Amino acid sequence: MMYDFLVDLFGNSTAASIIAGTIQSILPLFAFILPFALFAVYLERKVSAHMQDRLGPMRTGWHGWKQTIADILKLIQKEDIVAKDNDKLLFNLAPIIVFAGSYAAFAAIPFTSIFIGTEVDLGIFYIIAVTGIVVAGILMAGWASNNKYSLLGSMRSVAQIISYEIPTILVALSLVMISGSMSLHTLSEQQTGYAWNWYIFGGPGTELSKFLLIPFMFTGFLIIYISTLAEVNRTPFDIPEAESELVSGYHTEYSGMKFAMFFLAEYANMFAVSAIVVALFLGGYQSPVGYLGDLFNAPWLIPIEQFTWFTIKGIFFVFVQMWLRWTLPRLRVDQLMAASWKYLIPIAFVNLIIIGLITLL
Amino acid sequence: MKEYFGNIYSALATIFIGMKITFKHMFVPSVTIQYPEVKPQLPERERNRLYVNMDDCIGCDQCSRACPVSCIEIETTKSLPGEDLGKTSNGKKKALWVTNFTIDFAKCCYCQLCVFPCPTECIYMTDVYEFSEWERNKLVYDFATLTPEERQQKRDNLAKFNAEKEAEKLKAASEPKPEIKKDQPEEK
Repeated sequence: MMYDFLVDLFGNSTAASIIAGTIQSILPLFAFILPFALFAVYLERKVSAHMQDRLGPMRTGWHGWKQTIADILKLIQKEDIVAKDNDKLLFNLAPIIVFAGSYAAFAAIPFTSIFIGTEVDLGIFYIIAVTGIVVAGILMAGWASNNKYSLLGSMRSVAQIISYEIPTILVALSLVMISGSMSLHTLSEQQTGYAWNWYIFGGPGTELSKFLLIPFMFTGFLIIYISTLAEVNRTPFDIPEAESELVSGYHTEYSGMKFAMFFLAEYANMFAVSAIVVALFLGGYQSPVGYLGDLFNAPWLIPIEQFTWFTIKGIFFVFVQMWLRWTLPRLRVDQLMAASWKYLIPIAFVNLIIIGLITLL
Repeated sequence: MKEYFGNIYSALATIFIGMKITFKHMFVPSVTIQYPEVKPQLPERERNRLYVNMDDCIGCDQCSRACPVSCIEIETTKSLPGEDLGKTSNGKKKALWVTNFTIDFAKCCYCQLCVFPCPTECIYMTDVYEFSEWERNKLVYDFATLTPEERQQKRDNLAKFNAEKEAEKLKAASEPKPEIKKDQPEEK
């Protein structure tokens, strides 16, 4: 593993483990999340533009590829406005908590078989628990802004995230029942081999239960995808931000780097939920067609390929999120609650019971 | 119960229909025109910046009078009897030096009313529309082809000519009949 390698590199002492731990913890941020956020904002703008028969950013660099770099440079230079009646402490704390919550999820996401932030056995449980902190951050931001639209947006956001966590957890639970593990690393390892070993196709094995599971796995996949989409507040579930009603929800009053942190957290979250869906249902970092490293007898190639596959799958689901965003209109608040409590939760429960019965076979 | 599953089915089905449409639109050529590099095709009779072909202008002042916002200013100076100013392209003989011909595009309303009265068709609309300026007085375009010295010279020439004529007249008038001057106050 990466951590052991780093500890060895720095000479196997307490200081070495501290240095290794620090590198291990900030590596995903600088090596992955920041470049991904820059790319995802660019992708979002391009996808939205082309779906509306426009071109999107075209001025900065070839087809505007430097646009988000320019944007982030602009955000760094901007004034950090704090209004007079804001609750200063909570106002300054909120973006940090929101970002910390979404970044903490990356600790348990396996990028490759040799890199995972920390090998917790409670992987999926930890992710669901730690992303709950985001809710507190959002409510803080809305409350401290001292702005009725911000507060309204954050209250909607909290209500929405809490409602949609239930179907997410129920589907994750059904996966935990089949695999017998909560660690995303173990779950990904179980789906090794080819694409038909992925849990969306019933998981590894060839017995009857695998084939019986397939329709329920598809249902589970749809449910978790819809509910995680709602958890990251994206269209059609973007009522917390609802530009046309609430200006832009809980981050209306934020400017400069604090706004950039919310923005970064949003895009980090988009990838985090896609990564969870991928790790649970679509083999995580496993290749669907086998590895070139095995073919050419070059074991060092395998982690690189795994990372590539993981990124491709993650970005594909981020793309589907964008695709849905530019296809569907925003739900009303009552429709949003109805979708969760009347449709997703009962179906997830029935799905959980049926999957449980099939695994008993 | 039937309605419940019907709702689920219609929700999923309509989402997929919508996604299909947006996916198709990703490959539809974009309607955006990259403006400074690619210019839009303008309609045939669009009205933009005026141009005056001074070779044809006879200084008749009709465009200036037609202008509803008085943005055209023309000053003409009579030519001296011996001078030849040439002809316009449709055969009219020019008789006036155009010593000043300015159009203030800050005032111009692009109504094209100055274009129709022109007897020589020398004032017309072009397809130039990118002529914004930082200072308003830069929008006053001077079309007269004469240099400032030449203009002054033409004015001086005429003044000199008129003065000579006047002097001649006075000379002629000072000798006989002074009655005409007496008539005028009596008429009123």
